[in-house]
Amino acid sequence: MMHTPPENRPAMRAPMIVFDRVSKNFGDLPVLRDINLTVSAGEVISLIGPSGSGKSTLLRCVNHLERIESGSITVDGDLIGYRRVGNLAHELPEKLIARQRARIAMVFQNFNLFGHKTALENVMEAPVHVLRIPRKEAEEQAVKLLTRVGLSDKMNNYPRMLSGGQQQRVAIARALAMKPKVILFDEPTSALDPELVGEVLDVMRDLASDGMTMMVVTHEMSFAREVCHRIAFMEGGRIVECGKPAEVLDSPAFERTRAFLSRVQ
Amino acid sequence: MSIATQDDQAPTGSGQSDEPMLTYVPARAWGTRAAAVLLSLAVVYFLVSIGGNANFGWSVVGEYLFDARILSGLYLTIWLTIVTMVIGVVLGTIFAVMAMSRNIVISTVADAYIWFFRGTPVLVQLIFWYNLGALFPELSIGIPFTSWGMSVPTNTLISPITAAVLGLGLNEGAYMSEIIRSGLLSVDPGQRQAATSLGMTSRKALWRIVLPQAMPVIIPPTGNQTIGMLKTSSLVSVISLSDLLYSAQTIYSRNFQTIPLLIVACLWYLLATTILSWVQNRIERHFARSRNAST
Ligand SMILES: Nc1ncnc2c1ncn2[C@@H]1O[C@H](COP(=O)(O)OP(=O)(O)O)[C@@H](O)[C@H]1O
Ligand SMILES: [Mg+2]
Repeated sequence: MMHTPPENRPAMRAPMIVFDRVSKNFGDLPVLRDINLTVSAGEVISLIGPSGSGKSTLLRCVNHLERIESGSITVDGDLIGYRRVGNLAHELPEKLIARQRARIAMVFQNFNLFGHKTALENVMEAPVHVLRIPRKEAEEQAVKLLTRVGLSDKMNNYPRMLSGGQQQRVAIARALAMKPKVILFDEPTSALDPELVGEVLDVMRDLASDGMTMMVVTHEMSFAREVCHRIAFMEGGRIVECGKPAEVLDSPAFERTRAFLSRVQ
Repeated sequence: MSIATQDDQAPTGSGQSDEPMLTYVPARAWGTRAAAVLLSLAVVYFLVSIGGNANFGWSVVGEYLFDARILSGLYLTIWLTIVTMVIGVVLGTIFAVMAMSRNIVISTVADAYIWFFRGTPVLVQLIFWYNLGALFPELSIGIPFTSWGMSVPTNTLISPITAAVLGLGLNEGAYMSEIIRSGLLSVDPGQRQAATSLGMTSRKALWRIVLPQAMPVIIPPTGNQTIGMLKTSSLVSVISLSDLLYSAQTIYSRNFQTIPLLIVACLWYLLATTILSWVQNRIERHFARSRNAST
């Protein structure tokens, strides 16, 4: 692959996503506990861990789809969802949160393509109606992106006429159309038939080699090993350990990581 | 293509047996055909016995079909139907969104509105609005509990037509909000999340992503409501408005041609219903295009 192997990655890069002592509860249930994590610009980090360990919630906090109870999350230096005044953090009005979200893309397990719009319209929708880019320009960009993910012949199809793998590639093109600073992937291949997983992972690999900052919740251990710079193992709302793929996957420091890996591999 | 290839590899005659190929004959469904014939005869007999019956007064029907009073009644009926349905849809959307709010006060107010207006007869509501002047002799606009504001006598503000629009529109809003709410709930929550994560505000996500996809669920019952309203609007005769039915009644109360005039009214109701059904059909097809498109 084109992209820089994890070992040779430049040591110091600007921090892109910073979780600082992040905690969150759902009612009485603590779902995230004291999360500290810095994702550098251009880094690809994969989140693994058992179901219910808080991986999705962690991603959803990054674009303020979920509120956090304490701590802070910044993306490219911007405090997410709040405005800091001394030691107080005032929640931003919806418009400003929406503006922050526009640069933080998210790719879902179930694709969530807009069912009433064609592939092309799905990719154009937010650039035209959120970023206010002229239609023509947005369309040219959308054509380019759909071609990049290998769907130049499916642009006028509605989602229900696309396979799962094709839908997910449209969803990635739709995310890219916002020129995001980071892309959050929540189990992007879990809903796909096994033979369709590869085409989606190929597109993600391509993005990684392009230097996109990505957080990827996945069960694809070979993808995590080959493409990700680091792997974070979560359990019970904590990041139990985090390191280079070889370290975490081959010689985990914790028994719980070892137990999880022996179950999925 | 693949069939041709198979044929090439397996020439005709090399099947499992030497018997000639079967020719299929569809079942004739004699029972269904007999029923259709009987039904046709019944329909013809029915039409002849109505059309040839002098008691129906078909010449009177022809005489009054385009009577000026009937036409102005028809105009009022159609006008009321359109205006109250527009109000119903707007109110319905607002209350549907309110009812789904996470704020308990907002959702309770919406629930209470729906509960009250669906729970009381629309006839009573019409009479209530018409007699509002007896309850509140003056209506005022201003800041509550201060002396700032202005007021007017209620009866100059609430004419019969205003009472009709308020009564039918508010009642319709309650029904429409249930229809729209079920439409909104039919859309996968993932759609709203995807829209939000692309930087849409919740209002934009509602208008551009959720509502359009709720339309296939919302339109058929809305069409029903509209056709229902065409006839429900005849209740306004109790507050002395001359809609289509009331105009017919006014005429036959003088000339005693009750049946012919009711037929006149029904012919117009049927025509209006036919047109509305056609419009509904067109709208349904418009919103179904992403489902049926076959590119
Ligand atoms: N909206 C919610 N309300 C209440 N509990 C939730 C909600 N979403 C997730 N949870 C709970 O939070 C925990 C973490 O969920 P999640 O982040 O989805 O885990 P993962 O993605 O690792 O499987 C689970 O115990 C789940 O049941
Ligand atoms: Mg999850």
